[in-house]
Amino acid sequence: MTNSRPRTIAALARVHPYVKGSYTRLILGIVGSIIGALVTMSIPVVLSWIVDVPLATGDPEQVVMAVALIAALGVFEAGLVAIRRWLVLKPGTHVDGKMRTAIHNHLQRLPVAFHDKWQSGQLLSRAMSDISTIRRWISFGFVMLTVNVITIVIGFTMLFVWNPVLGAVFTLLSLPMFYFGVRFQFRYRILARASQDQSGDVATSVEESVHGIRVLKAFGRSAFALDGFFDRADRLRETELNKGRASGNLALSLGASQAVAYGASLFVGIYLASTGAITVGTMFAFFTTVAVLRWPIDSIGFLMQLTIDARSALDRFFEVMSEPVVVNEAENPVALPAQSGALTFENVHFRFAESSTESPDLFRGVNLEVRPGETMAIVGLTGSGKTTLTALTTRLYDVTRGRILIDGIDIRDVRLTELRERVSMAFEDATLFSVTVRENVLLGRPDLSDPIDEVARDRAETLLAQALDIAQADFVYALPNGLDTKIGEEGLSLSGGQRQRLALARAIVTAPAVLVLDDPLSALDVTTEAQVEAALRRVLATTTALVVAHRPSTVMLADRVAVLNDGVIADVGTHAELLARSALYRHIISSEGDAPRILPEIEVITS
Amino acid sequence: MSKQPEPNVSGVASEERSDFTRAENRRLRQRSLRLFGELTKPVRWRIALTGVLVVLGTMTSVAGPALLAVGIDQALPALSGPDRDWLPTLLVVGAYITSGVLGGVLISAYMRSSAKLSQAILFTLRMRVFRHTQKLSMSFHESYTSGKIIARQTSDLDTLREFLDSGIEKLVSGVLYMAFTAIALIVLDPQSMIPVLVSFVPVFFFAWWFSNSSKRAFRISRVYSARLIVQFVETMTGIRAVKAFRREDHNEQTYGAQVDNYRYANQKVISLFGIFDPGLKLMANIVMAIVLLLGAFRVLEGAMEVGILLAAVLYVRRIYDPVNDLAMFYNSLQSATSALEKISGVLEEEPRVRSAETPVALPRVAGALDFDQVSFSYVHGRPVLPNLDLHIPAGQIVALVGTTGAGKSTLAKLIARFYDPDAGRVQLDGVDLRELSNEDLRRAVVMVTQEAYLFSGTVIENMRIGKPDANLDEIESAARAVGAHEFIMSLPDGYDTDVNKRGGRLSSGQRQLLSFARAFLADPRVLILDEATASLDIPSERLVQHGLKTLLADRTAIIIAHRLSTVAIADRVIVMEHGEIIEDGTPAELISGAGKFATLHAAWRESLA
Repeated sequence: MTNSRPRTIAALARVHPYVKGSYTRLILGIVGSIIGALVTMSIPVVLSWIVDVPLATGDPEQVVMAVALIAALGVFEAGLVAIRRWLVLKPGTHVDGKMRTAIHNHLQRLPVAFHDKWQSGQLLSRAMSDISTIRRWISFGFVMLTVNVITIVIGFTMLFVWNPVLGAVFTLLSLPMFYFGVRFQFRYRILARASQDQSGDVATSVEESVHGIRVLKAFGRSAFALDGFFDRADRLRETELNKGRASGNLALSLGASQAVAYGASLFVGIYLASTGAITVGTMFAFFTTVAVLRWPIDSIGFLMQLTIDARSALDRFFEVMSEPVVVNEAENPVALPAQSGALTFENVHFRFAESSTESPDLFRGVNLEVRPGETMAIVGLTGSGKTTLTALTTRLYDVTRGRILIDGIDIRDVRLTELRERVSMAFEDATLFSVTVRENVLLGRPDLSDPIDEVARDRAETLLAQALDIAQADFVYALPNGLDTKIGEEGLSLSGGQRQRLALARAIVTAPAVLVLDDPLSALDVTTEAQVEAALRRVLATTTALVVAHRPSTVMLADRVAVLNDGVIADVGTHAELLARSALYRHIISSEGDAPRILPEIEVITS
Repeated sequence: MSKQPEPNVSGVASEERSDFTRAENRRLRQRSLRLFGELTKPVRWRIALTGVLVVLGTMTSVAGPALLAVGIDQALPALSGPDRDWLPTLLVVGAYITSGVLGGVLISAYMRSSAKLSQAILFTLRMRVFRHTQKLSMSFHESYTSGKIIARQTSDLDTLREFLDSGIEKLVSGVLYMAFTAIALIVLDPQSMIPVLVSFVPVFFFAWWFSNSSKRAFRISRVYSARLIVQFVETMTGIRAVKAFRREDHNEQTYGAQVDNYRYANQKVISLFGIFDPGLKLMANIVMAIVLLLGAFRVLEGAMEVGILLAAVLYVRRIYDPVNDLAMFYNSLQSATSALEKISGVLEEEPRVRSAETPVALPRVAGALDFDQVSFSYVHGRPVLPNLDLHIPAGQIVALVGTTGAGKSTLAKLIARFYDPDAGRVQLDGVDLRELSNEDLRRAVVMVTQEAYLFSGTVIENMRIGKPDANLDEIESAARAVGAHEFIMSLPDGYDTDVNKRGGRLSSGQRQLLSFARAFLADPRVLILDEATASLDIPSERLVQHGLKTLLADRTAIIIAHRLSTVAIADRVIVMEHGEIIEDGTPAELISGAGKFATLHAAWRESLA
């Protein structure tokens, strides 16, 4: 039909990999529908025959026979509908399921840089409503469109069979509908896309308003969030209204063209019948066929909408799916040695992909060597890139130049899962998931969270208890269901310090070769911090570690300290060495500046 | 959850269930209907107009077969007659075209009106859910995952939209089409109507069966769709942790399982409809055959015209045409009802922290805070603050010290009224916080937490959360005051830099500086800093603290900080343990004593060395 423009077809054909395996059912469904349509159209034939033959001759037996035939056709028609629905049921939901898992799995594999860039609502609307749109199109839109187009072709052919003149009149006068359809398609395509994008924006607004609820409440600024939401919801409403307008206009032009075509045929029909060129039965059959064609023709507008919606939903789907997984697996992965531990940064350069061209690289040749078993603290001013540097070690981002080596092996040559198994991280903002405490802590140890036997379970419990003990996270035992307490999303119902300790336990429990801690104790009070530090020392004694530090107390955990400044490691040494030789270090880490100012009078009192 | 004598289906309590007793079902239905009633009330004129348009539009299209009958029975004989009378033919054709074009105009007008209608309802509901979720207390948000709220606002609303966009049209036009066709049939040939009427009995029972089974299936489908969204949102929000802990395979499995559940739920729904739809078709075709049989014999007896029989058969066939539409309407109604059930559940949740009905006006706030025998617990039976009495005079800077879990943050959150106390009162200038309007309270009290959430948008937009009408000078001086100006200027577009999703472009320290600056922009009388500088490096913190003295002048301030350097600027130190105040005094007093704080302070001094 009108939407058969190659570009749309090509765009829609991309769904092929997901439909593969369902074609038989789909094609059978279409065949069933076409037979159904033929049955529907054969009913008028029988009716016209009844009018012209038995009713004219007055043969009751023939009438009964004919009615029985019609009844049989009716049962057959209903049966075909049932079979068609049954046939297309699976393809629709299977395609839906495949696409849903595909986009979820792909998004998980996409680099962090991708997620930094994309609004989460846009991802969600693709994974949810766009895929539903595509499902509806495959199990309903695509099938009905095919069936209706074929019905229309057969129907028009039959019109010519009934009477060529009448058929020609009706067909000619139906042609403007094609024009209206094409024009509609252009307008609607833009609107469909806009509406889907705007739905994603609305979802983003909702998500931010919920995730930022504390800030909004603290400032009493729900109105601010409301304004933003209002704007986006309003824009979506406007687009939807425009869609309604476009569809209304199409309905008008289709309806009017049909009325004219039908009226003109009626005129010609009556004339032909009056001259005896056709029988009343033929005329009746012609118009019944036209009546049968009415729904397929009317539905073309609606089916076109569905098709265009599906097309732009597919466009959106593939925008994400065609995004390359930049952090890629090595082709011939190298295994890390069993007792690995040396972590080396070799002339590491890094810049965020979206940073402007004139801004310099964040790292301009970072060189650092952490020896096996050594604990290295990273200090630097706010915004110097300490967190990003830690993220490079597990390839959350990939270096743009230079190399990061573990025991001399470029981390890009190691399998990602192996790398992330051996290098364990604790983030400053401790992301917890809405699963139990146990599952959160054992996140990196699926072997422990799902033990196969009693022995494994005991081992898991022991390791878990040890990790919680080191992180001073014994508060979990006091939770309503102990270790099996489900944590609210993002650990909202735990305090910052509690979340940090769980995240720390999570990093430790994997017994990694390299431990990367991003300011892991920032939310802890002095006493707890001291306890954690004491316990952590035992772990760090044998583990290579990179620790981002803001406080001197955290630096004390480290054997050596690296000062990150201006995109390079400005100095490396022990705390004492650096204090002695580096003014920068003193500026960054030493409290000399504030200690005297804080407590002058106190000191007077205490002394 | 509010207490109900009814079974506990109030609010979001029963969201994950799909098996309900009769009484529960009734209550859920009433709740959804009430919400639907509230939504449709303001647009009732639009509904009426839309209805009229559909009625007229349907009427014109019903005229078709009748005009055909007139054409065959009257215009054709007239034209075939000796006079060759064209007039009836022209009239019939003219009437047909006019009614067809008019029908097109009406249907088109109807479609626009219907779009306006459904968009008006959706918009109202969307805003209402949004406002309501913003109003709900922290205790609700802590237990109801954000993904679920997102599910309510996205996939549930989508379901409702589908219903409004096509469902109502199908109902109205379907019922009308049936009615008009029936009337036309009765006028034409009443006897043919009898088999149709008889057939309505089995149709009714069939529909009843479908209704009951699909309701349950739709509920299940809503639950799974929400679960999908919850997991999706969590995975994407926590993508760093997912990657770092190699959670991808596990997530693939669980998400895959959820997708399968959702798929089965959908299959169930669709297959029920796959029985219902052809069932109705079957009924329609059998009735048509019966009408044809009876009519044909009457024609043979000469009791009926052929044209009438044909028109009657066409009408009977058309009476059942909308049955399919009605089935689809019914289907989307069931689906929309289950979505409305969930949405109305969220709307039914009452904020535990309510705004005062007749608030006490507090135009000028001094900033005195009082805790009067306050007790509070998050979980019943585990009090965090057993019984707290505390007076903080206006303008005092108080440092709260104590181990994690001592109740410091809880105390702060009670002042910010994130929660209300279980017993006792929290007062600002002698007025119970519960008696203040939200506006007055938020103007007076602002809290900055360690979690420095930034919204997508520019630096300026994020700063303006503190003060919506702040001009650029004010914003810049607030940024300077906390030492954020320099790094902001180093961003690609300065203050107009988009901070990216969740402030992803900025480091956590920079985010804290921004959230600090926006708190000062808000210029509250009472400022609560809950670990607001924890992610700052020492020089930045030093800068902030340097500014704090001026910034906190004339303000009441509650500072919770683990780094005791903050204590220096405090007028008073309160040491808490297990929800009780164990030490209270000036920094000097406490340090010189032999209490907990003196020990803490000594330990801290040591850590600086």
